[in-house]
Amino acid sequence: MEILITGLLLGGTYALIAMGLNLQYGVARIMNLANGEILVAGGYVAFIAYTAAQLSPLLTIFIVAPLAFGINWLIYRIMLQPLVTRAKNRGQLETDSILATFGLSFIGVGLMLSFFGGDYFSYSFMAVPVELLGNSYGANRAISFAMAVVICGALYIWLNRSRAGLSIRAIATAPASARLVGIDVKRLSALAFALGGAVTAVGGALISTYLTLDASTGVVFTLKALIIVIMGGVGDVRGTIVAALLLGVLETTVATLIDPGLTLAAAYVMFLGILLFRPQGLFGKKTT
Amino acid sequence: MSLTSVDIRTLVLAGLALAICAGLPLIDQGYWLGLGVTVIMFTVLATSWALFSGPTHYISLATAAFFGVGTYVTGLGFDTLPFWSLVGIAGIIGAVLAALVGLATLRLSGVYFVIFTLGLAELVRQVITWVQNSTGARGLYVLMDLDEADIYWWLLGLAAAVFLTGWLVGRSRLGFALRIIGDDETVAAHSGINTARAKVLLFMVPGAVAAMTGAILAPRYVYIEPSLAFAPILSFQVVIMGLLGGASRLWGPLLGVIPFTILLETVSSNFPNQTTLVIGIAFLVIVYVLPGGFVGLMDRVTARINQQGGS
Repeated sequence: MEILITGLLLGGTYALIAMGLNLQYGVARIMNLANGEILVAGGYVAFIAYTAAQLSPLLTIFIVAPLAFGINWLIYRIMLQPLVTRAKNRGQLETDSILATFGLSFIGVGLMLSFFGGDYFSYSFMAVPVELLGNSYGANRAISFAMAVVICGALYIWLNRSRAGLSIRAIATAPASARLVGIDVKRLSALAFALGGAVTAVGGALISTYLTLDASTGVVFTLKALIIVIMGGVGDVRGTIVAALLLGVLETTVATLIDPGLTLAAAYVMFLGILLFRPQGLFGKKTT
Repeated sequence: MSLTSVDIRTLVLAGLALAICAGLPLIDQGYWLGLGVTVIMFTVLATSWALFSGPTHYISLATAAFFGVGTYVTGLGFDTLPFWSLVGIAGIIGAVLAALVGLATLRLSGVYFVIFTLGLAELVRQVITWVQNSTGARGLYVLMDLDEADIYWWLLGLAAAVFLTGWLVGRSRLGFALRIIGDDETVAAHSGINTARAKVLLFMVPGAVAAMTGAILAPRYVYIEPSLAFAPILSFQVVIMGLLGGASRLWGPLLGVIPFTILLETVSSNFPNQTTLVIGIAFLVIVYVLPGGFVGLMDRVTARINQQGGS
């Protein structure tokens, strides 16, 4: 039971991070491998704001979100849109964007290394136990989970109820047809990419309240987010949330019962199973 | 198989180049030989990488995983088995592992493959670390009677084998099938090519070669442990060198290996913290400035010269 709840609390934050990546990949068609660095950067901002100004990470996210939104919007406009324009087919865009975002990822790590050094950073925020169903858990985990639920919920409602959300879902489903019905694919792709970056960075700020990060941990989170997105089915919000919670529980189980060093290996085994049996994702529809 | 005069000339020139390279340890046993080992190691890795990724456009990041497995084969077996057999065993294990990875991921789109290979080294590393922790063993000492020059000659032999394989694949039905797959996978599938089988077969080449490279280089490390043997940075360096040179020709990666090895050596000895920045910038250069690598650049320049000469 304790494992289950800890896993679900972790999975909630994972869901937020994977939602960010899903917006970027599902809508803007960019497999963003620098996603983890955006996350760590969000964590750094929260860390600095807390240690320098005693600013609560729950308030920091209101700085992190617009900042990350702006940076990601610029990245998309300046660096990725030319690739979208020049790509002759989906495969070439895939390869180009993978290479370009790998470049961004390494530059991100390099910059963070030179600014902050290679040390782990962590701070003590709300590290008090709270009682849940007879066991106690860190309040920071519970609060991060709650925030993740709120943000995921808001995103879900926005995507399903608003005009812009409808257009974004249209692009995710059929980019060529979306253009025909008068949707500004270019503008909305940039918006989705920037929004995805903002959501990821907020996830980073939240996760930094209870996990220790360093300049080069980004790639681990990128991998986890990718696994979640693919497991859930690209572009599928419900799938992402279910897959994220599953992964959180699986990781916590493996870490508690076998060895904390095997979490990524466990995630990979799960990923492999999905690839072999349901390559379209848990909720994805079968394509030919 | 029939050889044209161009083929024979290529073979003779390649043989000559090999003979010249083989003489390096006789001239210098210090810095230049060390650099030579690094260059030839990356030549082997990047050329075999490009054999698969050049025609298919699938970006493999599994090099470090295969390489690490190879070093462990030598590390675990050098007491009991002769060195040459260890290199062979590493090659077989690498090929089998590549076939398994290929079977799981190559039926799907390129993204799945990239993600899977990206994490493969980490996956194997975590498992080995866990096994070591639970058995109480730490790293492995590889104390062998094999000096830098021997390693160099072993790698040179492997390089010759890689180039020969690449040349043969390029002439074979498999090579032809792969070029069609690279142009348009749907067309290839419709014209009766078993695309998955062709890709898996070819992916076994870099898998085997990287594992053999790891096996040959293990004595150079003296002490191996998971975080050293499975350093993910190796995979990225190989990708950069392969693409910087140009993956569309057999000798293309060589053009990327030499400048990038020297650049990285210089940066890492003077500004050790900036190597990740250099790697990041290299990726951007490849995508935005040099698509097709140096080979692509040369092709464009020659095309322009021919055009001007003709008009």
